[in-house]
Amino acid sequence: MSPTLFAQVLDPAHRADPYPLYEALRRSPVSRQDDGTWVVSSHAAIARLLHDPRISSEDLPDPPLFRWTGHPIQDLLVRPIRSRIVARHRPFIFRDPPDHDLLRRHVMREFSPGRVRRMRRETEAITGALLDRLEGRAAFDLVEDVSYPLPVTVICDLLGVPREDEPRFQGWATQLATALEPNQRTDAANAARNEAAFTAISDYLRGLIRERRASPRDDMLSGLAAGRDGERMNDYDLVATAVLLLVAGHETTVNLITNGILTLLRFPEHAERLRREPEIAPRLIEELLRYEPPVHYRTRLALADIGLGDATIPEGAPVVLLLAAGNRDPARFRDPDRFDPDREDNRHLGFGGGLHYCVGAPLARIEAEVALTAIVRRLPRLRLLDDPPPYRPGASLRGPRRLRLAVEAPVGAAR
Amino acid sequence: MKVVVDLNRCQAYAQCVYAAPDHFALEGAEVLVYDPAPGDAARAEIERAVQACPVRAITAFPDAAPGAA
Amino acid sequence: MSVAAGSPPRRIVVVGASLCGLSAAQALREEGFSGEIVLVGDEPERPYDRPPLSKQVLRGRCGPDTTLPCRPDLDLRFRLGTAAAGLDPRARRVVLADGGTIAYDRVLIATGTRARPWPGDPGSGPLHTLRTRRDAERLGARLADRPRRVVVVGGGFIGCEAAASIRAMGLDVTQVVRETVPLVQALGDAVGAMVAEVARGAGVDLLTDRGIDGIEAAGGETAVVRLDEGRRIETGCVLVALGAVRNVEWLAGAGLAVSDAGVRVDAECRALTPDGRVVPDVFAAGDVAQWPSAVYGGARLAVEHWGNAVAQGRVAARNMAAAGGPLARHDHLPDFWSHLYGLTVKLVGVPDGADRFAVVQGTLRERRFVGIYGAGERTVAAVSVDSARWLPAYRAAIAEGAPFPPFTGALDQPGFAPHPLATA
Repeated sequence: MSPTLFAQVLDPAHRADPYPLYEALRRSPVSRQDDGTWVVSSHAAIARLLHDPRISSEDLPDPPLFRWTGHPIQDLLVRPIRSRIVARHRPFIFRDPPDHDLLRRHVMREFSPGRVRRMRRETEAITGALLDRLEGRAAFDLVEDVSYPLPVTVICDLLGVPREDEPRFQGWATQLATALEPNQRTDAANAARNEAAFTAISDYLRGLIRERRASPRDDMLSGLAAGRDGERMNDYDLVATAVLLLVAGHETTVNLITNGILTLLRFPEHAERLRREPEIAPRLIEELLRYEPPVHYRTRLALADIGLGDATIPEGAPVVLLLAAGNRDPARFRDPDRFDPDREDNRHLGFGGGLHYCVGAPLARIEAEVALTAIVRRLPRLRLLDDPPPYRPGASLRGPRRLRLAVEAPVGAAR
Repeated sequence: MKVVVDLNRCQAYAQCVYAAPDHFALEGAEVLVYDPAPGDAARAEIERAVQACPVRAITAFPDAAPGAA
Repeated sequence: MSVAAGSPPRRIVVVGASLCGLSAAQALREEGFSGEIVLVGDEPERPYDRPPLSKQVLRGRCGPDTTLPCRPDLDLRFRLGTAAAGLDPRARRVVLADGGTIAYDRVLIATGTRARPWPGDPGSGPLHTLRTRRDAERLGARLADRPRRVVVVGGGFIGCEAAASIRAMGLDVTQVVRETVPLVQALGDAVGAMVAEVARGAGVDLLTDRGIDGIEAAGGETAVVRLDEGRRIETGCVLVALGAVRNVEWLAGAGLAVSDAGVRVDAECRALTPDGRVVPDVFAAGDVAQWPSAVYGGARLAVEHWGNAVAQGRVAARNMAAAGGPLARHDHLPDFWSHLYGLTVKLVGVPDGADRFAVVQGTLRERRFVGIYGAGERTVAAVSVDSARWLPAYRAAIAEGAPFPPFTGALDQPGFAPHPLATA
């Protein structure tokens, strides 16, 4: 029955195949769960709410203002002030207009088409180097050897974060990504870990921003730190934005690439076709974003009573937009459980929609296109060693933790 | 090639601008300008733009064969 | 429910080889129609897109070739450069201006509109209109000579877009508008006033509340525009943008309900007789068609919009291809966009008859907002300026007949403060 369905989605036991639950949820596509959360699971209702100005993205709980640790100055002064600042300067995915629009505009100016275009060649070089390292291996873990290091290296280069510092912020990034999981937000211990991770990564980035201000380079962080046309975001927003870009670069595309290879190996005729016709990559990737999206849902807050069909989401209710369920909605997609790169009019929700449409989408597309085409070309005979593979804990940022593959033909030379 | 964009549908997500920066551009916040007749060499980039459009507003086809009825 | 009658058609003739006609032809093939499709067009070009002509083409951002993309396998027959001169529904044939005739099993009237000319304009010299590719090429060539001042006559969309484009080329522009602000009929006084402010800020010499007593040729490419207050403007180029006239004259004597407002059709796009009966096998769509809108309580709408040309052409095609079975209804909610001085203006719905206007998100001052139009208790239209991603929510509300305002409690909302709306 519907009250417990979303709880089951959050349960790691269903991580490998949540789609039957999504199908069950779609039977009442705007449904209240036991805890008062409203889950929206049809394509039409999700698409509508993504454009509805009564839906707010400012749904993060306030950080705890006071927690007794035995250090009065920390507990009574430093922490509360910092908490207030953090609450007021969230990353822009947790902000509404007009603040959101302004912050996003700053990012878009630096994330220019020219800069992104240059990243394609760099992505190809990084991918080539990662695949070179697999030479002679009989088996490998795609996540550890390709899907994770590729987007991380790309986001580091794009932002201007030294690659060699990566081990330091890997753990922080994984911790902060739990902010997207509603059941993790209410957990006090996790909230404390998040706060600590945010403080640590902020301190790290603040140092880097200081360096880039002193001696700017051709990277996004230098650009954001300097501002343009006399406009610059304040330092709190700047740090929050940098944290967001770094975390998003760590925690999303990894799933797209891993899910991509997993899907191609489950349907080898498509891997073979991509190998022979690399020009189908763009449509294959859009279908992948529909079929196995890297982000399964986003949460929102209802600012007013919102009537949708027979249901009314009440003011103040937490809302889950179950993007991955909308992507499998038979009312929108014919034969939705079939992976079909030739699908026409594929208006999937893989990158969300409306104001908060994924900023990094162009980069994710490049990374997925480059990685998938290179892998099928250079490793034409791969075999899944675990199916289903073990999954990472997240239900929103959903993807395999490991994808062990056997190489049944040698890795060819680069290019 | 020939290209047309349904600008009623367009919401300035700019994915086409990233996919094919020589053939699509945003002026201001939402004004999309594009080349309605790009050369055949642009085919791969235009295809990327068509596929990347979140609202599927772009239609592109090769030129009609000369002399076709 | 209406049902198509008779045997499947073998030849469908589309009169009007532009966006609407081509959309219909593509839809016919998608519907599985495998017979002959003939497109008749008075212009020599294959179907092309018009909106860029007053924008990027005029500014020289791209060439004048705006030919619409077309699936290579459509198998269409074109009769281009030949206007239709008559329709004989009894004999089921279209008469062409060159004397030829084309028999049809079903025919789609999609002849659209033409630019309303200045009285007595010979179509050459300093006077220009802007509707066809040839118009754009002639005007573009004139502008390339960098005339000392360009006078744009009219405050509608073509006039405003062209003034913006020509000004962006660095030319001096005077725009003469009869109304109090530009675009007042389409968007009302508040948005029109904002556009006026933007135009003046861009350096356009915008004269509102002014009529023109006459335009005198002054030899070669120069002319003198005489304003009603007595002022005379010497100019090297006049763009007359006084709206459009529907191309219906060729239908005289065909027995159809035809007026300046277009060809009357039912919701299924079938042409009607003056007493409201369906004319067998004759359909109409696009700018030339006037249809009963279910969204607006059956009110007759005739719009000159890109989106309607596509949507209505497709519905008509579906019904033309049908051989029995239920017919599709055209229940389109009108929408259009314009690009003005770097701003994107989008409208959904029909603000005709609206008496109230309110900005519901953003602000006019920032030139980034959503505004809504109210008629009685209903929200009948919404406009966005650089806020297109919110418009779908208002579109859905308007289609469902939402009250005014459709909702409150939205984010980025300055507080609901409706004003009386003036559209003249």
